[in-house]
Amino acid sequence: MRWFYGVTAMMVGLVLWQAIVWITGVPKFILPSPLQVAEAAYTSRALIAEHAIVTITEVIIGLLIGTVLGAVTAIQLAGSQTLQRLMLPILVFTQAVPVFALAPILTLWFGYGMASKIVMAVLIIYFPVTSAFHDGLSRVDTGLIDLARTMGATKNQIMRRIRIPHALPSLATGMRLAAVYAPIGAVIGEWVGSSEGLGYLMLLASGRVKIDLMFASLITLAIITVILHTAVGILADRLSRYAQGVTA
Amino acid sequence: MNEAPSITLQGSHAIDGRTLFDGITLTLPAAEWTCLLGPSGVGKSTILRLILGLDTAGTFTGSIETSDAKPLDNRISYMAQSDLLLPWLTVLENAVLGARLRDEKPDLDRAQTLLARVGLSDHQTKKPAALSGGMRQRAALARTLMEDRPIVLLDEPFSALDAGTRADMQELAAEVLTDKTVMLVTHDPGEAARMAHQIVLLTPSEAKQWPVPPIPPIRPVDAPETLSAQSELLAHMRGFRA
Repeated sequence: MRWFYGVTAMMVGLVLWQAIVWITGVPKFILPSPLQVAEAAYTSRALIAEHAIVTITEVIIGLLIGTVLGAVTAIQLAGSQTLQRLMLPILVFTQAVPVFALAPILTLWFGYGMASKIVMAVLIIYFPVTSAFHDGLSRVDTGLIDLARTMGATKNQIMRRIRIPHALPSLATGMRLAAVYAPIGAVIGEWVGSSEGLGYLMLLASGRVKIDLMFASLITLAIITVILHTAVGILADRLSRYAQGVTA
Repeated sequence: MNEAPSITLQGSHAIDGRTLFDGITLTLPAAEWTCLLGPSGVGKSTILRLILGLDTAGTFTGSIETSDAKPLDNRISYMAQSDLLLPWLTVLENAVLGARLRDEKPDLDRAQTLLARVGLSDHQTKKPAALSGGMRQRAALARTLMEDRPIVLLDEPFSALDAGTRADMQELAAEVLTDKTVMLVTHDPGEAARMAHQIVLLTPSEAKQWPVPPIPPIRPVDAPETLSAQSELLAHMRGFRA
């Protein structure tokens, strides 16, 4: 049923789009019609696929590294009061720096290839993942910790056996956010300096006034993000259900 | 299992200079049930935490001694008002939580025997979310027994249960926790009247012994001795507050 509504909404959007093009008679190089975009997507499918694979790779690697780094940081912070007092203000302060503004520097440091885009994606998702997971790790029922202490568990054992599993739903929340942010990071990186990827293809198409190709790339990017978000959502849901003891 | 010792706590506790209790002496006789009663905020839970060796808000000056002069570390198990079952583990896995936490190999056979003893044989593979409140507290009791410690501290473990389940759980706990030194923190005079070998009323200045009914625990709910002890305790506790 959810599918039905989703598809209906998309159809309504396409019809509106086509209607605007017809009614306003806006030229093709400003707003192409959905049909023209579909045509461009079909004829340039090999080109779009080639660049999409680059962006997808950047996003997935960025997502993996960012999530792992964020999770490890959160565990370290939750495990040490001193580290927490020292690091949390720094982490919050770094959030005041707009990550997008770092893109030119990252390109300078890590080059025109995938590395600078992966770093960008990592930077953009690191904080949401760290903050969400840390929050979960800090909100464990103190009664559970007391119980574990009376059973003779060490701090590490409590972390591993109680706090981490308990905080999995919070990690899941962070991962859902990351799935949406990671493509933004990768594309911004591509805009600033690259020779491949969907962000690059959009700039290229724009420069050659191939607005239909630009839209086709944009829509491809949107579809990738939706698929990624859904996939991460399913994984996140499993983590949450596991931690809450709800099976299947 | 080693012999259950008696425990004596002596001393004072203050939070930011404000005295919680001062110069009290509380003795938990070996292998008996002590029920600790008192108005909210008088420090019952603090005493429980002190014996457990957990952090308390404030400072304790005094001593906690055992009759066998051995330290209390790893000789106490603890059961709280909430069951504290881990939702992602099955009942059986929760029962062996202590061993899991310490990275030891759990004794599943013994856990199954204990679960049978608390009436959860048919529910071993279920997650806590699938159990009723009473069953969850039974699982927590099995987890407590699994630790097989000579001293057991109970912090209102039955207070959230309905009356019938609570009476059942009291009987089950009394049956399975014999030969252990038990301290039960409770708000319920009826529970104290049923379960206690010793009743202690805690006030800021003393841990006062209260006479126990003349029949041995666990006492029937409807025995005249239980009922009269319950009503006298209640009358006294209401006087406390006034």
